Amino acid sequence: MFEATRLNKKNLAKQNGVRLLLGGMTGILILPVILILGTLIYKGGPMISFEFLFATPTNGMTAGGIFPALLGTVLLVIVALLASVPLGVAAAIYLSEYAPDNWSTRAINLAIINLAGVPSIVHALFGVGAFVIFFKFGTSILAASLTLAIMTLPVVIVATRESLQAVPMAFREACWNMGATRWQTIRRVVLPNAVTGILTGVILEVSRTAGETAPIMFTGAAFFLPLLPQGVFDQTMALSLHLFVVSTQVPGMPEALPYGVALVLISMVLLMNSLSIGLRMYLRGKKKW
Amino acid sequence: MVSARQAVASSQPAKDRIKLGVRDLSIHYGSEAALEGVSFEIREHEIFGIIGPANAGKTSFLKAVNRMDMFNTNMSVKGEIKFNGLDISKVRNVYGLRRRIGVVFPLPVGLPLSVYDNVALAPRLAGQKNRADLDVIVERCLQRAALWDEVKDRLDSLGSMLSGGQQQRLTIARALSQEPELLMLDEFSIAVDPVTTMRIEDVLKELKSEITIILVTNLVQQARRLADRTAFFLEGECLDVGVTEDLFTGEVSDPRTRDYVEGRFG
Repeated sequence: MFEATRLNKKNLAKQNGVRLLLGGMTGILILPVILILGTLIYKGGPMISFEFLFATPTNGMTAGGIFPALLGTVLLVIVALLASVPLGVAAAIYLSEYAPDNWSTRAINLAIINLAGVPSIVHALFGVGAFVIFFKFGTSILAASLTLAIMTLPVVIVATRESLQAVPMAFREACWNMGATRWQTIRRVVLPNAVTGILTGVILEVSRTAGETAPIMFTGAAFFLPLLPQGVFDQTMALSLHLFVVSTQVPGMPEALPYGVALVLISMVLLMNSLSIGLRMYLRGKKKW
Repeated sequence: MVSARQAVASSQPAKDRIKLGVRDLSIHYGSEAALEGVSFEIREHEIFGIIGPANAGKTSFLKAVNRMDMFNTNMSVKGEIKFNGLDISKVRNVYGLRRRIGVVFPLPVGLPLSVYDNVALAPRLAGQKNRADLDVIVERCLQRAALWDEVKDRLDSLGSMLSGGQQQRLTIARALSQEPELLMLDEFSIAVDPVTTMRIEDVLKELKSEITIILVTNLVQQARRLADRTAFFLEGECLDVGVTEDLFTGEVSDPRTRDYVEGRFG
């Protein structure tokens, strides 16, 4: 009754072929990830110790720890977030909930997408011109963080806007029909349901910010500093730049050290990403419609 | 000392007072007309049915009454709608207007809040903060929407997780929590089983003594069961308005009305 016809067999063969092809592609995709992580853990793993994480570099950075760079990256990320999250979330709420659908809104949206496509070295030069020179912040944590903030603004705006737009229109209309103002509707119905996506965007931004090198090189990150930064107008070391320095600029560097720095940096990013995934899963479990 | 106007108003039986006066109302979306030059009156404490096939302009009419054109730049409304004798296009406080008008949509919209918060939302928007007062409002509205017995033990669970029929009754409870003077139902029974539909219909018959109801429906028999008077919309025009039974058995001003209610088209 259900004997396979020739056409059935042909379709089945095709289906299996396509599945193998797509699966193979996926395998190739994850290969670099495994290789990178594997190499870093194999070569850099032995470096990781309490001292490595929490001591200052010594002997022309060929020994000691990476604490100033680690602290610097954390500081840069925090200041950048303080600037970009309020700005980005506010702009996204305006664009998604208030702005009329006309040419100027579309132009702004296009500009934001283009901002995301600007190479980081261009952001770096903009940061030098705007924050270091024009606003006279000098090469400092503040100037570097603001440069990073501008560079990552599109990530926050786009993530926020998309999560706002994922909230069904019917919810807003139901609220408006009850006599709620736009803001009451956003406050009570739209934002609580979009907060997951917004947080995901913010955490992705953190991981991007932590890894960038070019934008901070000219604006606030230093090659080597004997002292920890005392405020936002001081320069700082940063993990990403430190990695660049120890792997290319210092002769006589023990081979394992750059791998150790890279491992710390990538662990930070992966930790942030898994935090984002975990948070999203937790919040999605609570949200249902 | 009673002014002449007040005397006239109070001498009129409440039943015949006009709740909503519509004159020459046209609604356009861009260049496309949804409703063209309709006029009729809806009286206080009546159930006013609006029947007609898809694309007749029924939903657009409800949107215009609630001034939802404010949120849609593409929608333009011309003509006059008077609510309690006031031209709604001149109302400054549209939020106050919308609070007096409850709307129920074709598909239930349980907001992703708890059952309690769904019903307490409108009073809260209006500034009600007292928990005890809110408790009373929530219970009364859920009772009236014939939902209380089913949800009284799980007021904290999500409203959007209720079944379709329950969500629709939740939506009705939410509309009632506004203490509206006018309740507009847009094909409320689409997603509701027949038993629940009959229960809601009974609720509407009771509510009629307190508020005015506009019932947009695809089911001509539902209009016949409930509506005191009914309008027949077709492709943006209002072909007939009158006592509901007349549409079925009396004289109609357009032969297409009789064709429609007897199921010969649409």
